[in-house]
Amino acid sequence: MDDFVSSFWPWYIFVIVAGSIIWLFYLVLSQSHGVKDKDHKIEPTGHKWDEDLEELNTPLPRWWLQLFIITNVFGLVYLFLYPGSGLFGGLLGWSSADYRDTGATGQYETEMADADAQYSALYEGYLKQDIATLTADKDAITTGSRLFSTYCIQCHGSDAGGAPGFPNLRDSDWLWGGEPDQIKHTIAQGRIGAMPAWGAVLGKNTRDVTAYVLSMSGKKSSGDLDIGKEKYDQLCVACHGADGKGNIALGAPDLTDNRWLYGGSARSVEKSIIEGRNGKMPAFGEFLGEGKVHLLTAYVYSLSY
Amino acid sequence: MQDTYNYTVVRQFSIMTVVWGIVGMLVGVIIAAQLAWPALNFDVPWLTFSRLRPLHTNAVIFAFGGSALFATSYYVVQRTCHVKLFAPALAAFTFWGWTLIIVLAAITLPLGYTTSKEYAELEWPIDILITVVWVSYAIVFFGTLIKRKTPHIYVANWFFGAFIVTVAVLHLGNSAALPVSMTGMKSYSAYAGVQDAMIQWWYGHNAVGFFLTAGFLGMMYYFMPKQANRPVYSYRLSVVHFWALAFTYIWAGPHHLHYTALPDWTQSLGMIMSLILLAPSWGGMINGIMTLSGAWEKLRTDPILKFLVVSISFYGMSTFEGPMMSIKTVNALSHYTDWTIGHVHSGALGWVAMISIGAMYYLIPRLFGKKEMYSVKLIETHFWISTLGVVLYIAAMWISGIMQGLMWRATNADGTLTYSFIESVQAMHPFYVTRTIGGLVFLIGMFLMAYNVWKTITASDAKAVDAVIPAPAH
Repeated sequence: MDDFVSSFWPWYIFVIVAGSIIWLFYLVLSQSHGVKDKDHKIEPTGHKWDEDLEELNTPLPRWWLQLFIITNVFGLVYLFLYPGSGLFGGLLGWSSADYRDTGATGQYETEMADADAQYSALYEGYLKQDIATLTADKDAITTGSRLFSTYCIQCHGSDAGGAPGFPNLRDSDWLWGGEPDQIKHTIAQGRIGAMPAWGAVLGKNTRDVTAYVLSMSGKKSSGDLDIGKEKYDQLCVACHGADGKGNIALGAPDLTDNRWLYGGSARSVEKSIIEGRNGKMPAFGEFLGEGKVHLLTAYVYSLSY
Repeated sequence: MQDTYNYTVVRQFSIMTVVWGIVGMLVGVIIAAQLAWPALNFDVPWLTFSRLRPLHTNAVIFAFGGSALFATSYYVVQRTCHVKLFAPALAAFTFWGWTLIIVLAAITLPLGYTTSKEYAELEWPIDILITVVWVSYAIVFFGTLIKRKTPHIYVANWFFGAFIVTVAVLHLGNSAALPVSMTGMKSYSAYAGVQDAMIQWWYGHNAVGFFLTAGFLGMMYYFMPKQANRPVYSYRLSVVHFWALAFTYIWAGPHHLHYTALPDWTQSLGMIMSLILLAPSWGGMINGIMTLSGAWEKLRTDPILKFLVVSISFYGMSTFEGPMMSIKTVNALSHYTDWTIGHVHSGALGWVAMISIGAMYYLIPRLFGKKEMYSVKLIETHFWISTLGVVLYIAAMWISGIMQGLMWRATNADGTLTYSFIESVQAMHPFYVTRTIGGLVFLIGMFLMAYNVWKTITASDAKAVDAVIPAPAH
């Protein structure tokens, strides 16, 4: 219980809590006359408002009084067992979590440790097998697909088909490579794909470059292909390559396959060129642990092979 | 000439209660439909769920509920104090000021101006206006109470008084913020991190506790005995449950932040005080229902009494459900699910709306010199329609909420989650449709009410009448 910056506050809380519960007992008991008196005569109190509004002097209903006392007693017992009375953390020594990093075990740490103890053997067993073996193992792929449904579908979709800006994982087109080790690296370490903004450099020639890039996939759009190629060979070639086949070391997309991460219309390709694009795959290694990353790799690998 | 009560401001707020009820619930039906069919967001920023949802909550709580509370508290405080409203000009200002606040909310929220604090989304210039109107309200209400000709203060006024004072404190505490500039509609909260969350739910839960509970209990304590023509069941119970309710509610906010970064000791206190709140809440229910003892047969013929009794039953049910959901083990299942939405609406539709509707059916003929509403039969129809709407709504949300909670926590033998989040969203669809229908049914009832009110106040013999103040009874 180190939520407090000075020793004053725990006492402040304790005094108010204890005083409040005592006050509640006093309040209800001070008004409990007549509860046990069977001969109590019920009649109006004698006050009258607005012509006919009156009140009866009925005593507190007994069951209601008991309910009130029971909830108060429960409150007192709870405060003996659990944190709530200032510095006193409760007889059970319970806490929700070790939220101040004191090394104490809270409910969260206990439950996480229990889960690890229960499931770690399963994932360690999978870790010993290579990806090719796991792809053929129905149970492994089922668990992998469940992990995918929990952690991956928010971006990649529940069918792994992707969305604009989020790669489709079912085709054979891989920005960062589709071999098991490459997929695993992507999941565990994350990836940052950065396409720089060329609008300021290219000026009015963005249309020409757009036309040239689209022509690599056999698509047509208005613009001077010769100027486009000239600019491409100066500026784009470093990442996307002279043949436009891209570079998996940089996550630079293949421009010749007519598959488009941000859409293949002239407008969206031009937007990519002018404004650039920033893709970010978060790193899951530390969060999920090696075993689950290994299974996810197998599942993602199984989608396209 | 004999002195009369000031009914002008009561009439204004009563009519607007019906109007804002329809507006707020209409927006509610729209956003319920958007959840079932997302295409209804139309990709228009001003119409998206995220902007209309605060408009719905503000409109039903503060416009509809607020107008009902202003109307009834002004009516009740005059009649139970046997004096005219204090500072009539200020009372008139509260009506126009409050209406202006609602209109500003209806403009700024869809435009995207928001503090992003739930139930307190309005930006700082409107917050200042709320403060001014609320202080005026307090002056009028307590001024009338001080001028009273009766020796004792009637129980309804304790609750109205507690509601007015506490809402002022909550609003000032939670809305404390630093504007970015003196001309811009943007401010930053005075609190940060988990302190901000705690202040937010101290406010949020007590908006429920004092705006939607204490205020409406004040309403109940007047209209229930009046309509039943019976004395209040127990004076002693009203004393104990008033003080215990006012005292305990203020602690209960942390139950909205179970299993979060809020320290454990704060969560424990929030939970036990929420449990202790059960008996004080039920004190109001007992006093309401038992006031009818000896006159149960009236329930068969009097639809206004049906509205009042059923609203108190929903109050009792919600105030049992609330403490139960505040237990950490239950909360681990219910939190972040539709169960919470169902709970809120059994309170908001079942309790708050139905008691307001009952009170308005009592009030409106009296404010316009009529013996009763244009059609009592239509009140009966409205009652059954509303009940059906509420039941559809909350049953759908209970099933959906518990299903969500169970789907989210289900695991397979390999330790993975059984369902992806999107599968739980898909499974909710039929319940979202049912909820939309429930809300729509309730809204249809409100249109019946508007028709009935219109026919009542435009009848040839209807005119705005201010009742004569009788000599105080001693």
